[in-house]
Amino acid sequence: MEHIRTTKVEQVKLIDRFSTSNKSLTGTLYLTATHLLFIDSSQKETWILHHHIAAVEKLALTTSGCPLVIQCKNFRVVHFIVPRERDCHDIYNSLLQLSKPASYDELYAFSYNPKQNESKRLQGWQLIDLAEEYKRMGVPNSNWQLSDANRDYEICESYPRELYVPRTASKPVIVGSSKFRSKGRFPVLSYYHRDKEAAICRCSQPLSGFSARCLEDENMLHAISIANPARHCMYVMDTRPKLNAMANRAAGKGYENEDNYANIRFQFVGIENIHVMRSSLQKLLEVSGTKALSVNSFLSGLENSGWLRHIKAILDAAIILAKAIAVENATVLVHCSDGWDRTSQVCSLGSLLLDSYYRTIKGFMVLIEKDWISFGHKFSDRCGQLDGDPKEISPVFTQFLEGVWHLTEQFPQAFEYNEAFLLQIHEHVHSCQFGNFLGNCQKEREELKLKEKTYSLWPFLLDEQKKYLNPLYNRDFSQKLVLLEPNTVSFNFKFWRNMYHQFDRSMHPRQSVFNLIMTMSEQNKQLEKDFKELEAKMKQRNRQPEELLTKEPLQSVYPVSPALRNSPCFKKETPLLPMNDSIRTIEGSNTADNRYSEYMEELSKAEPAVVSLEYGVARMTC
Amino acid sequence: MEFAELIKTAKVENVQLSYSGLPPIKGTLCITSHHLLLSSQPGGNGEQGTVELWLLIRNVDAVEKSVQNLSWYQTSRTNSSHQDTRVASSLGTITLKCKDLKVLQLEIPGMEECLNIASSTEALSSVDSVMMMYPFFYRPQSMKLKDGWQLYPLQYFYEQIASETGAWRLSCANGDFTICSSYPPAVIVPATVDDNILKKAARFRQGGRFPVLSYYHKKNGTVMLRSSQPLIGPNRKRCQEDEVLLSAALDGGGRGFIIDTRSAQAAKQARMMGGGTEPTSSYPRWKRLHRPLERGRPLQESFIKLVEACNDTSLSMDRWLSKLESSKWLAHVKGALSAACLTAQCMEREEACVLVHGAEGTDTTLLVTALAQVILDPDCRTLAGFQGLLEREWIEAGHPFHFRYAHSAYSHARLKQEAPIFLLFLDCVWQLGRQFPFSLQFSERLLLVLFEHTYASCYGTFLCNSEKERRLCKVKEKTHSLWAWLNQPSERKKHLNPLYAYNALVIWPSVEPQSLQLWQGLFLRWIRSSQYLDEAWAEIQRLVTSCEDAPEESSGCTLCHSQLDAAYPLTIAGTANEG
Repeated sequence: MEHIRTTKVEQVKLIDRFSTSNKSLTGTLYLTATHLLFIDSSQKETWILHHHIAAVEKLALTTSGCPLVIQCKNFRVVHFIVPRERDCHDIYNSLLQLSKPASYDELYAFSYNPKQNESKRLQGWQLIDLAEEYKRMGVPNSNWQLSDANRDYEICESYPRELYVPRTASKPVIVGSSKFRSKGRFPVLSYYHRDKEAAICRCSQPLSGFSARCLEDENMLHAISIANPARHCMYVMDTRPKLNAMANRAAGKGYENEDNYANIRFQFVGIENIHVMRSSLQKLLEVSGTKALSVNSFLSGLENSGWLRHIKAILDAAIILAKAIAVENATVLVHCSDGWDRTSQVCSLGSLLLDSYYRTIKGFMVLIEKDWISFGHKFSDRCGQLDGDPKEISPVFTQFLEGVWHLTEQFPQAFEYNEAFLLQIHEHVHSCQFGNFLGNCQKEREELKLKEKTYSLWPFLLDEQKKYLNPLYNRDFSQKLVLLEPNTVSFNFKFWRNMYHQFDRSMHPRQSVFNLIMTMSEQNKQLEKDFKELEAKMKQRNRQPEELLTKEPLQSVYPVSPALRNSPCFKKETPLLPMNDSIRTIEGSNTADNRYSEYMEELSKAEPAVVSLEYGVARMTC
Repeated sequence: MEFAELIKTAKVENVQLSYSGLPPIKGTLCITSHHLLLSSQPGGNGEQGTVELWLLIRNVDAVEKSVQNLSWYQTSRTNSSHQDTRVASSLGTITLKCKDLKVLQLEIPGMEECLNIASSTEALSSVDSVMMMYPFFYRPQSMKLKDGWQLYPLQYFYEQIASETGAWRLSCANGDFTICSSYPPAVIVPATVDDNILKKAARFRQGGRFPVLSYYHKKNGTVMLRSSQPLIGPNRKRCQEDEVLLSAALDGGGRGFIIDTRSAQAAKQARMMGGGTEPTSSYPRWKRLHRPLERGRPLQESFIKLVEACNDTSLSMDRWLSKLESSKWLAHVKGALSAACLTAQCMEREEACVLVHGAEGTDTTLLVTALAQVILDPDCRTLAGFQGLLEREWIEAGHPFHFRYAHSAYSHARLKQEAPIFLLFLDCVWQLGRQFPFSLQFSERLLLVLFEHTYASCYGTFLCNSEKERRLCKVKEKTHSLWAWLNQPSERKKHLNPLYAYNALVIWPSVEPQSLQLWQGLFLRWIRSSQYLDEAWAEIQRLVTSCEDAPEESSGCTLCHSQLDAAYPLTIAGTANEG
């Protein structure tokens, strides 16, 4: 490729990010068309996808070489030292260009080839069918129908072709309402609650200014409210802070005036905009990336970043939404400014609280396809897939995943998937390896011919779903507890270490309960299988008159029935329970992986260690 | 009996008990010399009401009387019927804030009864005499008094060391507690040092706490010693015997590290008060490292602030984080873990001996030595080994339990010597358990039980400040041992970690702030429902036991057990089966 000037640099050092004594590994750095690869002297490989690179920084030259710091969108931070400045400069320039492609066709998805045949590839794209999903929810029905108003993206470019609207909303009402809404994003169905007959609808802000009205829009909202036979009064939830919404009025936008709409109750929930979220994450990363961090600066940094406050605001909004439906039987219309960021967060988290289907692996894929991909969350802009406006980048989807993670922490048995699933999705939202998250809306995706040229992520995740299963998942739990009511008192919110320090293994617990349980249930399944096979064999033998092993009927209970345990056949052929010690592995239990090892260098020095208080604390944190 | 004088009203009917998260219960409240009991109203068929509350009065940290009913009384008097007024006028609410951090409310009809109950509870909970405490009266039928007291004698510990090396001996020089009143009768010292040298060295150490062996690291033969500060004083006094003792500990070759749990400056300032720290000139083979750890009043305040923050569920995210930060509790956890890791590292990696001390050598010193042993020694991570460690490094080593745990985080009493050092230790062990979930044989539940029993217990294990006091009070003859109760098969099972597998390695934890967590199971235990977490834990238990002990036990049965366990009873564990 024309951007790559140097493909291989030797004697490059990879520095431990948190080490105060600049502990490092030496190895060779390779630059390929898609990845940056570092192979250290022990042949351990570190692959970094170019698309994952968020920022490259060349620091001032030092005696050992030229430092190059690479920050990734999956929160990996690598710090290289390249011996010669020219090599460093070449790599730096190459990465700058490779990490910010100018057009979609340069993205990895268009060259990624997992060696799969065409029909399988196409099948993969058909795995998630949204029409099927609406059918599952129970629409179309007597109140809701499929509208063909946007069949050719004529009234809203960022919406999908297929939209569900109240039966009583006529085409002129729809068209009129869409003209009165920012970017034409008129109110449509996002989720239908079959039992309560209440719905979650979504849209963008009305172009109300200080006094403008639109009869069609008022009719549209009326149509939505009467589509709920149980309760005609509906909520309109503006997810923005009130001040922001009021400021928008000066630009001819704004929010619904309760007096103009029949039967609505209007409410702000105060989630901040993408710019606040972007800088909040920036602050969070600055704090968590600090070397020799003390507990107090970590906590005050966490507070100042506001990150957990934003996560709480989003979850609180989702709870209000879910309760309005489940408890009050009320339909809720959700919007923010354009209705593709905060609205997607709140609608999808709200649905997750209401419907246990979205807590399954397949259901979660459907949820993302519906509320994020099809409704036009601008993945390309928000993830910075192309070289574009950095002000459009914002961790809106990351926040959604973090909200889900917090729920999985409070309800360990309610979710079929685990943390690794969330992390893997996050990884691929930024990797541009699969077609699903490319572009900003369905129209753009069709134009890019993604379904013809790229692969869908979902079948790949399903193929390896074993890795993503939560061993504690309990289907009955979902039946028992349809509506999740998380506790959002502040102390429930925690820093998501495994997301923001996913690659800093030394910070993780050294033994994983999750892996142990996974392995054990695997073993259980294997044993059960073995047992069934044995049972079948024994039955066969029993049929042969000369082989009368046991008179008692064999029961198919697990664990082993006493009859079986005593039978010679069982003893001979069943593998003994494997020793579990081997699966209780310990990661990094040597001091080299822990940074307090480094103050031993301090000890080795000859002069007496007079350590001031601050210094002592600082050294300990290393 | 003195107790009777303190009890003004022994029994009140129609008392309503409310407790966060549970529906209120009505019943009869009785107050005895050591307990508050509430039994629910018996059913119509004349059966005995069930006991809903069995609260050890010693567990009560603060009694608060609420007068909010009075204002209601005023308004209701004008427009309600006479009957209502009478009831309203005489309803008082008592809030009992317990040392284990739970908060209960009792609504008591009759203002006088209410005041009596409140003042009796207050008086009974603050009885300071050890011999009047409940352990001296508690006589469960299933246990024998002498059980558990001789489970972990120092003799056994010494024999293990003696089988490895002859460099140490068990000295009974302190048999009558004259050399050091806070040390046990027997201590382990270098074999080459005779009792006379010990006696003289003891005079050079605060409280007579001369350097003794705390832990022998079998892997490389290094040792951990602990002591109190040397009495250097402003005139830079020296003590030849102390120098001989420490040099004998190094056994000829090698260097040692002195880990002082104060800052260098604080250690220096201590000279003005007659204390100080070992100067390099007199102890040339020892290298000093300072790892300042908080104790005393600041630690107690940290605990109080944290509990306050946890109890205020209305805090915004920013306020919560800032209160969590300003409590500094997690910083103390990090400090303690780091100091223990440093100590462990000196022994394991530098192969050097270590002496740990602060000022008195009864608080942060023990925190560091005990924690370092959990990190280094797999035997300390078993249930029995951990009990032995507590017995050796906390109880016999003279941690002043009676002083430190007289009051907990809610008390309005003037604080004297309270400081939750032992709780900090338990928190650090919990953090280790989070990072190495298969390496501790015991579960979080054991740590919670230990926390409760340090503050209020029906067992004598944590009574008094030293072995000397325990002997004077005849604790080992007249009270039951907590270990005897814990080691009963049924109890033992509840406190085991189902995921445990012996791990011979040293467990080096991460001490990054991102790796440390608030111990929700303790600090939020009574504040938020943990139903789903408990169920998940029961499920883990079920999965593991059904996998490992499949032939012995049917999995369905295990689930029942676990779920029962998960629903932790309101009564203090152990007291409920009495009577």
